[in-house]
Amino acid sequence: MTAMSPTPNVPHSSIPTPIANRRATARQGRLRRRRVMNGFMIGMTYLVAVLASLPLVFILWHLLKAGAGFVTPSFFTNMPKPVGETGGGMANAIVGTLVLVGIASLVGLPIGIGAGLYLADKRGAPLATAVRFLSDVLNGLPSIVMGIFAWQLLVRPIGHFSALSGGVALGVMMIPLVTRTTEEMIRLVPNSLREAALALGYQRWRTSLTIILRTALPGIVTGALVAVARVAGETAPLLFTAFGNQFWSTSLREPIAALPLQIFTYAISPYDDWHAQAWAGALVLITIVLVISLAARFATRSRFGPAVD
Amino acid sequence: MPHGPPDLSLFCPHAISPMSDATAPPLMSALAAPPAGSTARTSASAVGDRIYQVIITLCALGIPVLLLFLFWEIGKAAWPALHQFGLHFLTSSKWDVGGGEFGAAPAIFGTLVSSAIALIIATPLAVGVAIFLSEFAPDWLRQPVAFLVDLLAAIPSVVYGLWGVFVLVPLLREHVMPFLRDTLHLGATPLFSGPAYGPSMLAAGLILAVMALPYISAVSREVLRAVPRSQREAALALGATRWETIWDAVLPYAKSGIVGGIILGLGRALGETMAVTMVIGNRPEISASLFAPGYTMASLIANEFSEATNDMHLSALMAVGGVLFVITILVNAIARWLVWRVSREANV
Repeated sequence: MTAMSPTPNVPHSSIPTPIANRRATARQGRLRRRRVMNGFMIGMTYLVAVLASLPLVFILWHLLKAGAGFVTPSFFTNMPKPVGETGGGMANAIVGTLVLVGIASLVGLPIGIGAGLYLADKRGAPLATAVRFLSDVLNGLPSIVMGIFAWQLLVRPIGHFSALSGGVALGVMMIPLVTRTTEEMIRLVPNSLREAALALGYQRWRTSLTIILRTALPGIVTGALVAVARVAGETAPLLFTAFGNQFWSTSLREPIAALPLQIFTYAISPYDDWHAQAWAGALVLITIVLVISLAARFATRSRFGPAVD
Repeated sequence: MPHGPPDLSLFCPHAISPMSDATAPPLMSALAAPPAGSTARTSASAVGDRIYQVIITLCALGIPVLLLFLFWEIGKAAWPALHQFGLHFLTSSKWDVGGGEFGAAPAIFGTLVSSAIALIIATPLAVGVAIFLSEFAPDWLRQPVAFLVDLLAAIPSVVYGLWGVFVLVPLLREHVMPFLRDTLHLGATPLFSGPAYGPSMLAAGLILAVMALPYISAVSREVLRAVPRSQREAALALGATRWETIWDAVLPYAKSGIVGGIILGLGRALGETMAVTMVIGNRPEISASLFAPGYTMASLIANEFSEATNDMHLSALMAVGGVLFVITILVNAIARWLVWRVSREANV
């Protein structure tokens, strides 16, 4: 955009009295001050934008610098090795994260999508408003609270840590995310589609499931992926549920390894070998998370971006 | 007219906003209602509809039920400690596992202070970025900057922690802290005094600032976009400069929504666990110095929970979790309410 200077500095040259001249100079001075202030503050917002963009760049750069050298094929296929032995990997943690995310999806997706359908359907109803509000509140709950909740619910009565409890903790965290994306995506479906189906004699539930849900499906899948990406990186809810495991395990009843947990364990250890592994693990984790987030961002934009307005 | 703010509707990020309310024309929805109920109703479809309604309603009810259940379970587990220590639990700073005495004051203090530092640093940055993106940014710069800031929210907490431990903390210890204390002579004030260990309240506050930034900035951006164009045009027409337009006409209108965004960021900062645990030093003491290690409620739970030695210790940790739960619920509810108020006004 071009400069927006309002230029009200009419010179008043037609009245050449000293008083008018002085007034005009005062006004000029004030105007200059205002213009300087304007330029300065706009400059500040540019500066702030640069500052706020830096952290991500720094973090990614350090991850690449410290981790890239250790992300080798064996990192994905080998088990963790004791300190001092080289060639250790995180195969069990990667598989463990997949298992946990799988359980989480089984818990979080059906409930989240169902609740999203309800919210889109009932929109202004008092219960819908309350549920929408509470789902936002649930979304803001600290993940560590989810962790102790899942522990209290599934670890304490059973007596040992388990993959199942970790998956459930992550699944509960997915519910509000999936609910809100589903609602938003269903709202983007043109009303005429619903009306056409109803006019053709479709029952409401068939309209919802086969026409509306199906039209919104790409968006919902994207939202689900974003939710998965978010919980895949969570550590706090897993500390006392999935717990971590140095050995190979895919059993739902046993403690299971997870990528974020492994990174945490290695990062706070005193060994340089393990620090390097932690960086490599973090690089893998962030690559997974960013690829999903980016894909989702572009998918939703190209599909729904122009249609919204 | 070439004048006037850029057309904001062109900029459409994927962010799920509480206010992107694509309301259907009233005529359409009025047409939709009657035929479905009256004409082609057979008993089979009525049954199908009813089952469908019951299922989605149950799913929706799952969310409030889940919250109540969380509250109940944590409250039940925390009850023994709360019952034994009462208000003392919140005010005492003695956390003695062996002696069976538990006071969470240092952790509560640490949580509040680290979050406060985070907000003090993050707010001007986040609101500044939001103003930049919604008002001043040239088109080619808008997407990349929004993207770099938004993606901060996608980085897992443990990765922030790793970066904090190996990059931020050494940087603070070797450069920033000596600079603040000795070069700027701030060591005379209690805030910047004491030895520079590295892991500290300051480190936690800085990490939290970066983590809260995208939340505050996203909400502020949405809220600024919800400010009607007429508000800007009126100010510009009166001869205001662009900055005066923002400061006097746009920000007052968006104020409560931006405050909502800040409080939302606060909610994130209060409950953040892993990154904070890794950089705060985990020492249950109350110190005036930002250079001193501290503790937060979340990091206290993270550190001690799996090694809880007896029932009272466990219950005390549950009580810490319960306090955190209640605080974040309140903070989030206030934030959502503020944001919702602005968006409702914008939609009307």
